[in-house]
Amino acid sequence: MGIFRIEKKDFQQGIKAAMPVVMGFLPIGMAFGVLAAQAGLTVGEVFLMSLIVYAGSSQFIAVGLLLTGASPWTIIAATFLVNSRHILMSASLAPYLKGNTAGTLSILGFGVTDETYGVAIGAGESYLRSPSFLWGLNTTAHLTWVISTTVGSVAGGIMANPEALGLDFALPAMFIGLLVGQLKDGLSGLIAGLAALLAILFKIFIPGNWYIILAALITATIGVVIETWMQKY
Amino acid sequence: MDAKILMVIVGMAAVTYFPRMLPLVVLSKIEIPPVVLRWLGFIPVAVLSSLLAPELLVTGQRFDVSLSNHYLLAALPCFLVAYKTKNLFYTVFTGMACLVILTRLWG
Repeated sequence: MGIFRIEKKDFQQGIKAAMPVVMGFLPIGMAFGVLAAQAGLTVGEVFLMSLIVYAGSSQFIAVGLLLTGASPWTIIAATFLVNSRHILMSASLAPYLKGNTAGTLSILGFGVTDETYGVAIGAGESYLRSPSFLWGLNTTAHLTWVISTTVGSVAGGIMANPEALGLDFALPAMFIGLLVGQLKDGLSGLIAGLAALLAILFKIFIPGNWYIILAALITATIGVVIETWMQKY
Repeated sequence: MDAKILMVIVGMAAVTYFPRMLPLVVLSKIEIPPVVLRWLGFIPVAVLSSLLAPELLVTGQRFDVSLSNHYLLAALPCFLVAYKTKNLFYTVFTGMACLVILTRLWG
């Protein structure tokens, strides 16, 4: 099972293409590091999480859930649900990368994030077909994430009162930004509203931390049902 | 390193890596049913909204739409900035700034 040979020019183009992702990851990564440190994670734990999980929104969620005292299984299940969206991205990249070995694909697959996927899709077909380009893009983004979160966690350990900087709201604010980015049509707006309603009800009436998973599973299913119904009539 | 947190990190890494890697590697052999793909397409919006709504609208175990709910007040300009700019950084910055101002003004 061999892997691809790095073509220098494509690799450099990948690094260049990663710059908007770097600008986006730096502040969010710092904010994550600070929050994680405030939640009691050590610098080593933040470093390890960013190195091997490497998924911004689910890392924020995990820290939020850790603070509420959720069990590891709840956190892992929530992470799977949040990151299952990568299945779609990975699947849509597959046709461009046919003919590469499983080794190459399992390396490139690790780097699929909302941001790098968006950049890769926008870079055009010839770059999409180049493992070296994707590797340059992915590695630059991943390094930025690991470094910015680790630096943030060092700063967060020193900072006495992060509330004074409004940092406790960085997480909800980021979810607002991510949610608004997901609202593409009336149906997605309806699903967001339904999920909000159910999550609030479940949070108030169901003990434990199941409200996110329950509300998401139910509303995604309702979404498919409505979409199917709309296509028929 | 705390054993619970280590377990969380390793578990998260596993359930994050496989959805990223498996479709790329096996898609040439197995087709995901379209209905499953459509269901997955709704997951991001459903998850983000279920995460966010209780954060903004529930205090303790109570539904809370009052002026003392700073998170809710700070969220309003955030939505506006997110919608206008589509920029995550501006949105986060707006949220943090609004919360600082609210906390300073009303404690």
